[in-house]
Amino acid sequence: MGIQRTGVKVSNQLRDSSLFRPSQSEVDLYQHDMEDFLLDSAAEPAAPHQNKLLLCDLLDISGVLSEAASAIVDDSFTRCFKSNIPEPWNWNIYLLPLWCLGVIVRYCILFPVRVLLLTVGWIIFLGAFIPVHFILRKHDHMRRKIERGLVEFICSVFVASWTGVVKYHGPRPSRRPRQVFVANHTSMIDFIILEQMTAFAVIMQKHPGWVGLLQNTVLESLGCIWFNRTESKDRHVVGEKLRKHVIDPESNLLLIFPEGTCVNNEYIVMFKKGAFELDCTVCPVAIKYNKIFVDAFWNSRKQSFTMHLLRLMTSWAVVCDVWYLEPQTIRPNETPIEFAERVRDMIAKRAGIKKVAWDGYLKYYRPSSKLTEKMQQKFAESMLRRLRTKTSDEDLSTSME
Amino acid sequence: MGNTSSMLTQYDIEEVQSHCKGIFSQREIISLYERFCILDRSGKGFILEDEFMAVPEFALNPLAQRLLRILEGVNFKEFVLLLSAFSPRASFKEKMEFIFKVYDSDGDGKVTTSDILGVLRDLSGSFLTEKQREQVVIQALDQAGFSSGCMLTYEDFVKVLVKANLKMEVEVPVD
Repeated sequence: MGIQRTGVKVSNQLRDSSLFRPSQSEVDLYQHDMEDFLLDSAAEPAAPHQNKLLLCDLLDISGVLSEAASAIVDDSFTRCFKSNIPEPWNWNIYLLPLWCLGVIVRYCILFPVRVLLLTVGWIIFLGAFIPVHFILRKHDHMRRKIERGLVEFICSVFVASWTGVVKYHGPRPSRRPRQVFVANHTSMIDFIILEQMTAFAVIMQKHPGWVGLLQNTVLESLGCIWFNRTESKDRHVVGEKLRKHVIDPESNLLLIFPEGTCVNNEYIVMFKKGAFELDCTVCPVAIKYNKIFVDAFWNSRKQSFTMHLLRLMTSWAVVCDVWYLEPQTIRPNETPIEFAERVRDMIAKRAGIKKVAWDGYLKYYRPSSKLTEKMQQKFAESMLRRLRTKTSDEDLSTSME
Repeated sequence: MGNTSSMLTQYDIEEVQSHCKGIFSQREIISLYERFCILDRSGKGFILEDEFMAVPEFALNPLAQRLLRILEGVNFKEFVLLLSAFSPRASFKEKMEFIFKVYDSDGDGKVTTSDILGVLRDLSGSFLTEKQREQVVIQALDQAGFSSGCMLTYEDFVKVLVKANLKMEVEVPVD
């Protein structure tokens, strides 16, 4: 199993909103290197030594068919995006009324209180943010400091609105130049949970609706960097912006989610190398949600962010652990991809999630034919080898084209 | 909400089990049903080509297109029957029937040289020339005592493959 470059787009049926989908060019740029890395590191199986090519060997396609059947029956990629359906526990005569009571409490008591809390929090935030943003325009340093504090405040309000119980482990991020934070990605709330402790700047796609409005106003002032998924030159532009950002001592700490997509917190997919070739210290952050209370995985195919937030606000609590891990720098003989893998390994171990050698963008695109071609090449080589041992006919020693 | 297995009644499970001649256990059938529902995203009752191809591990298999022809658009009962050829409990006959079905793309009960060439083409891609492929097939047929223009019936197929070491077992994960 390995990384594949994406080639063919899936049909309309399976396509998400185009704003969430990476463009072909962006995908091509990232995949090429990762693919080569994995193809190189994959162990080469020993070639079979049979000399005679019997008809039964030729017709025996059982191995290849079994691989396909095995993929149909279960595959690690689909498992990464499977939402956890909670086991119903209300199947009893006395548990059912308890559960109903719980629903009433959650929807009729907790939810209104939370909405109220959120509204009040927003009023306070906007009441402070807008004046500060305009009045202190000349005093940049002061303005940024206050805005950071306000963003941390509103994120705390958000977290409170889901009754978030977040345990932070490890030293809090400190403002130093030339460092970048990377974390595994389960939902957009990852950003909010990390943001309530430290006002990060993130790289994000522009979203539609009220989220987009927030992005244009509040997040812009934090120094967030936007991706334009449809522009092919965009990767270089963003790369430049990233580099400038980490050098600038006045800019906020940078947070990147290298998976590129939301994964269900049981698995971690391949990291994109962009964050690892900025010539900076990389500080890994691991996030693990406790599923007993609520499954925080945002399945962007199944629900919008608003629905996702509403679901969180009508659950009992969002419980998670956040570990700030030891900052890492690239080793002398390490490529950025190997560095990314090393950091991914650290995060996976800490959060207790399984690593998977797939690229998250395969959600939107089919794998390219590169790996299939490798299999075909091996098969063709073994066929030719067995033919050659049989006869010295000149026809057969033509090279493979 | 709730387990998908609650949508399968005991009657359904038993019906499916008898359809696949008892090869799969009831737990395996429940597990396969959950998988079927995950693959069949829009809940139509059958799986389309695109939905199969959304599984990257399947999409990169050289014989994916041939399998799609067999598996696409079938309902759950047929799906289980087709996959039962891969169970460790399936007999040699069932595995043979499946492999024969993959080769016999026009479904006429006979595997011709061009059918064999077609599968070889899928397996070798652009790494063998057409001439090399023909040589491979003719030589192998010759070895086994068949002429190059002949057609293999199901019985011939079984006679040839009984010597092969079939690796055709897939385990259905049950939790």
